[in-house]
Amino acid sequence: MKGTAIIFFLPVLVCGFVITGCSPTDSNNNNVATKNGVHVTIKNKGSDTIVNLAQAWAEKYIDITSTVSVEVSGGGSGTGVAALINGTVDIANCSRQIKPKELEQATQNTGKVPQEFIVGYDALAVYVHPDTPIDKITIPQLAEIYGEDGTITQWSHLGIENSACPSDRIIRISRQSNSGTYFYFREALLGENRDFRIGSLDLHGSKDVVEVIGRTPCAIGYSGMGYATSHVKMLAIATDENAPYYAPTLENVLTKSYPIARPLYMYSLGEPTGEIKAYLDWILSVEGQKIVQKLGFVPVESK
Amino acid sequence: MNILRKKSKANLPFSETVIELFIRLCGISSIIFVFGIFFFVFREGAGFLFSGLNLTEFLTSVEWQPTSLNNKRYGAFALIVGTFSVTALAMCMAVPFGLGAAIFVSEFCSPKLRETFKIVIELLAAIPSVVWGFIGLTLMNQLIIQVFNAPIGLTMLNGSIMLALMSVPIIVSIAEDALKAVPDSYREAAEALGATRWQVIYRVLLPAAKNGLLAAVLLGAARSIGETMAVLMATGHSVNIPSGPLSWIRTLTATIAAELGEVARGDEHYQVLFIIGILLFTITFVVNLIADLVIKGIRQE
Repeated sequence: MKGTAIIFFLPVLVCGFVITGCSPTDSNNNNVATKNGVHVTIKNKGSDTIVNLAQAWAEKYIDITSTVSVEVSGGGSGTGVAALINGTVDIANCSRQIKPKELEQATQNTGKVPQEFIVGYDALAVYVHPDTPIDKITIPQLAEIYGEDGTITQWSHLGIENSACPSDRIIRISRQSNSGTYFYFREALLGENRDFRIGSLDLHGSKDVVEVIGRTPCAIGYSGMGYATSHVKMLAIATDENAPYYAPTLENVLTKSYPIARPLYMYSLGEPTGEIKAYLDWILSVEGQKIVQKLGFVPVESK
Repeated sequence: MNILRKKSKANLPFSETVIELFIRLCGISSIIFVFGIFFFVFREGAGFLFSGLNLTEFLTSVEWQPTSLNNKRYGAFALIVGTFSVTALAMCMAVPFGLGAAIFVSEFCSPKLRETFKIVIELLAAIPSVVWGFIGLTLMNQLIIQVFNAPIGLTMLNGSIMLALMSVPIIVSIAEDALKAVPDSYREAAEALGATRWQVIYRVLLPAAKNGLLAAVLLGAARSIGETMAVLMATGHSVNIPSGPLSWIRTLTATIAAELGEVARGDEHYQVLFIIGILLFTITFVVNLIADLVIKGIRQE
């Protein structure tokens, strides 16, 4: 009889453990990286644009220090900042600047003011299928393609005959409406007063955009320069029709001639100290910035 | 009866009482969870639902611009249409296949084949939805482009096929149970009257198993309405009123999945996503209510 009772209560006990184990309260303070001689973990989370880069940094850094490991996860800029506000990460990755409201929330919630670091630059490339007979495009043209009440809906409106696309209709590939990439591209094209036209295919990740364009001759889309593959073509871009066209290359981004490049940010809670400071310093060093270049992003001028 | 119960209760050992209480708790818990979830979803969305959200715009406008800087618009009409159209198309495929398979398994199959069949169908149900989404994004995308000469394969059709494949196992297993539940004496009586096999199924079994079959279809539909990952990946995720099976669409569930991860908590956009959750709740509630009423109506006949 007693045996049966235990079998009956086992699920209850298990449930109890699961519920308490998952409660969000325990993740608050045990992640602060303080050097106590043994192993230190820095928690790093945020933008999907930066996640590969952050991963590469983390892998290299553990090789160098052998005591400091960095836990990297993606989820989007907003996710990273939300985690920063809750105090559950040490460094948040962000492909846009933190919003004033978020800054205020983080300060209120944790008592520390988030500090901003520009760790590299990301150039957004405009991609088309290789069979599309177009090599360059202007920002105003892109604005008419993507913007609300835009006038360009067909390839022939751009003055080209896209024989690979029988319907002639431009298929706009975009990102889900709150990714950092989406925000930046919209701002670069349309400023603050105009929105994207609805009806674009809003894909869920930088890689997917390139993947789908590689299979779709009617499509145009945007994604990080580092995501280029041999199945897609990148367009040269000019700020208007009289300006020179610049291809998305490292040199053009470094000289700031390429028009759609943006800084990538990392945010720490308060002025970084100890291992977090050492990590951020290393990222901004020549060695850390080499990795930036290797992954197709553009390094900051190292100090 | 009452006396008997009281007496037995008095004699119950302690552990029995505790176990009885525990089982009772288990029973009540499902009700508590449903109401708890509804309460939570409602609380998160209620603030904006009652003050600020233009409900007419929400239900009739296609302008879904939740992240606009100056002119935020929350029109979910295209999302509602997307959810219903992809589900309807999926059911058009899943119901004939599902019911057909159920009839085959319960009436025509040899017992040996039936066991294999059931295992395979259960295996189909065990495939995670993100895997279906991945198949939709890569394999089915390519296939639709080639077969229909479509510019892009991420369409309502693609999503519907994925949903149909996901709801067929549910429909088959519930419908098969319903057919099994029809007493053999019905079949024997019909056959004794000289009915052919088809007549037995069409005139006797299907009417007798009506309730169970309806439940199977509705549960399949509910699965489709609630499915998220597969439709997010396979339908193109585009705010668009579809003009045919090759249009791309976006569903209510996929919108929540794609956007909730990145909104600031308590934000208007966050609350609107929860209002979409309330809407989904209401839709499934109405579907279940209709099912209940229909089944009750049938019973009274």
